[in-house]
Amino acid sequence: MPYTIRLDGKQHTVDVDADTPLLWVLRDSLNLTGTKYGCGVAQCGACTVHMDGQPVRSCSLPISAVGNSEITTIESVSGPEAAAVQASWLKIDVPQCGYCQSGQIMSAVALLKEIKVPTDAEIDAAMSGNICRCGTYPRIRNAIKDAAKSLI
Amino acid sequence: MPDHADPKPRRPFLTRRKLIVGGGLVGGVLVVGAGIANIGKLLSIGAEVPDSTDFGQFIKIAADNSVTIVNKHQEMGQGIHAGLAAIVAEELDADWSKVRVEAAPANVKLYGSTAGPLQGTFGSSGIANSWDQLRQAGATARYMLVQAAADLWQVSAGSLTVRDGIITDPLTGRTAPFSELLARAAQIRAPETLPLKDPKQFTLIGTERVRRKDSRAKITGTERYTQDIQLNDMMVAMVAHSPRFGGKVLSFDDSEARKIVGVIDVFEIPSGVAVVATDTYTAKRGRDALKVDWDDEKAEMRSSEDLLKFYRDTAQGKTDIKGDRFEKSGNPEGAFDGELIEITYDLPYLAHAPMEPMNCVAMVNGRRVKLITASQIQTIDQVNTALVVGCLPGSVEIETLPAGGSFGRRGIMSSDYIVECVHIAKHVGGGRPVKLIWTREDDMMGGYYRPMSYHHLWIKCGDDGYATAWRHHTVVQSLTPVGPNTPGVEGIHGSPYLAATPVVDGKVFTPKLAIPPGFWRSVGASHSVMVMEHTIDQLARRAGRDPIDYRRTIYINTHKPRWLNVLNLAAEKAGWGQPLEPGWARGVAVAECFGTTVAQIAEVTLIDGKPKVRRVLAAVDCGIAVARDQIRAQMEGSVCFGLSAALYGGVILEGGVVQNTNFDTAPVLRIDEAPVVETHILASGNPPTGMGEPGVPLIAPAIANALLILTGQPTLFLPFIKS
Ligand code: FES
Ligand code: FES
Repeated sequence: MPYTIRLDGKQHTVDVDADTPLLWVLRDSLNLTGTKYGCGVAQCGACTVHMDGQPVRSCSLPISAVGNSEITTIESVSGPEAAAVQASWLKIDVPQCGYCQSGQIMSAVALLKEIKVPTDAEIDAAMSGNICRCGTYPRIRNAIKDAAKSLI
Repeated sequence: MPDHADPKPRRPFLTRRKLIVGGGLVGGVLVVGAGIANIGKLLSIGAEVPDSTDFGQFIKIAADNSVTIVNKHQEMGQGIHAGLAAIVAEELDADWSKVRVEAAPANVKLYGSTAGPLQGTFGSSGIANSWDQLRQAGATARYMLVQAAADLWQVSAGSLTVRDGIITDPLTGRTAPFSELLARAAQIRAPETLPLKDPKQFTLIGTERVRRKDSRAKITGTERYTQDIQLNDMMVAMVAHSPRFGGKVLSFDDSEARKIVGVIDVFEIPSGVAVVATDTYTAKRGRDALKVDWDDEKAEMRSSEDLLKFYRDTAQGKTDIKGDRFEKSGNPEGAFDGELIEITYDLPYLAHAPMEPMNCVAMVNGRRVKLITASQIQTIDQVNTALVVGCLPGSVEIETLPAGGSFGRRGIMSSDYIVECVHIAKHVGGGRPVKLIWTREDDMMGGYYRPMSYHHLWIKCGDDGYATAWRHHTVVQSLTPVGPNTPGVEGIHGSPYLAATPVVDGKVFTPKLAIPPGFWRSVGASHSVMVMEHTIDQLARRAGRDPIDYRRTIYINTHKPRWLNVLNLAAEKAGWGQPLEPGWARGVAVAECFGTTVAQIAEVTLIDGKPKVRRVLAAVDCGIAVARDQIRAQMEGSVCFGLSAALYGGVILEGGVVQNTNFDTAPVLRIDEAPVVETHILASGNPPTGMGEPGVPLIAPAIANALLILTGQPTLFLPFIKS
């Protein structure tokens, strides 16, 4: 059935089953492939998007549950925190294979919106839902700290 | 914010190009699963006309003076594209900020290994294999451009200088960018081999300027992986596989699946039952609705426990698997009499679990095939594809995409998931694109794991605490279908610890199981380094010796200066010998893997019985350091990857069925457990060696060795944390 969602500042109508995860609506219906599939069970964070600014796992969010919430994906994430996070990621060359990085960045941006200067424990808490099999964790930590510094 | 990925319509299926018949490639012998020998000829017949340019197959120079370097290796995160580009740019004296990289197509003549007719990326050989070839390529293009400027200005080429893509005549001050000289340079014939720079003259290689070229795409969601391919008229496929290795389809009922709107077709292929649908989620629902009966007659029905018992018995000669001797020295007569130290290790199957599960896009139209996928060994994927569609391997077109991780999973001798996709696309026919998607569960249950192994050691020590006799039995599946089980004992065979022991008797026992083993990042070293490095600490402890001091004597006696150098550097940087807080200990490991030597020292404690690593000091000798920042990145990533496996890794089988199929039941390392990694690179003038794998296998024994200090107990199995 048709669903209209608010995404990246625009309205989009898609015709899918009620239980279709937002992830597949983004990727297959709207061709927004920056958001990745890694596990499908809310364990890896590769599919992280923002719903009204909060990080959510789009693989486990049925389209019927999105309602009128504003969805933001890696393709359109913006604002000072996003700019700072992406600049630090680039400066430190965080990515390896890169497949997890959209999700890492969405989680990191949400963290810095919530907490200006996160402690190590706060970074752990906010980022431990995002798996990186390449093991870029040390650089992710450094990049978040670097971004936080640049925002002060 | 950046543009959305891939707004352009993609090029239609298979543009026709002229074919070369015959060809100059001398056939080497390659053994693939199907037993094909001498494929060199097959690959060159039907191969496309080389996509070569005026400056050879690796370099393209554009009107804006940008230089595009064609990367013949698979970029799967290891940063190979940056290293290869830097090698070319160094000899070419290109402007690094204007260097771009693109992936080479499958074409073994142009992009095969310099060691033989095989295009692929494995064994951490990317940099080592390309070093001379790409330096020559860069030097050749530079020669042509400089000569063109010299002709234009009527001066001698030797009087000109080149920097950042600009040629200067120091006498007159005249300058010209490469881009102004392209037509003229194309006419110049360069000598076969050119003198190369003295490494002391390098201005790019070995500097911090060598950085990744793909970070921006990867942080904006615009990098295009196989998973992201969307083509007109494309179908998405999923396959129901046998839950057991070696199982086959007996019968299936697709009536429910076919009722789902969007499911296009359901049919049997050799690896299971394929569902093709309009999109991913529909394909998944279609597959979930299938009812399949499996024929388990040839399937592996055993559990992990059963296999362990079988391996244990095999190591003691109690099964009918005979051992093959891989190392023998000295006279064993009487050498093993008296008190022996017996040590055993039980190391599990390990899944690669790259972040991007396996996937492939294929189009088959009669005998014409195109693949779009993160092919890791293009030549093998071509051969296996050709066997399915009955075409010539060289005619299989492959567009190689970056991989969302691989760790060896995409370099499979049988090209399993690619062949699966080709079967589906062949059934669909008409050149219609099919994207095969594996779920995480498919990936974890899909085999090609680092093989499980069991090791039984009997060691006799002399009065000085060093081994005088060492009997070593390893039980492990072979990674190659024929020939000796060399990868199984890689790192044991030729170890300095065996070289230092007067009597050695090493045997490898090779079980044949339906569970397919595969190359897993660091291959044989992934188990052998645990076995050798933890054993040596146990021997040092019995001798009452400091483990670093104990090792030094061996490395000196066996002439292993590189091992000694990395060990000494790591020890110095780690503050070895200085006390840590109570409850903490340091553990060390040293290894050589694919020509690179690494030492790691880990600071470890136990929290609720679980090892916690807070810091790892690594020293590495990888020859000339091409891309320093990527060497550090690979060391960090390798430590995390190895730590993940050491703490949690292990495929669990019950009645032949994999039990831990997603990250909830198969935990992996997360950021809260990732240590700080400090990497120190030894200065070296030797040709460079690889970094993608050698940092992986040391962390497990480093932890085990620290725990030996903390608890007095050796580690007899991995992972440290059994679920
Ligand atoms: S794909 Fe959604 S959390 Fe893994
Ligand atoms: S960069 Fe490869 S999984 Fe994170």
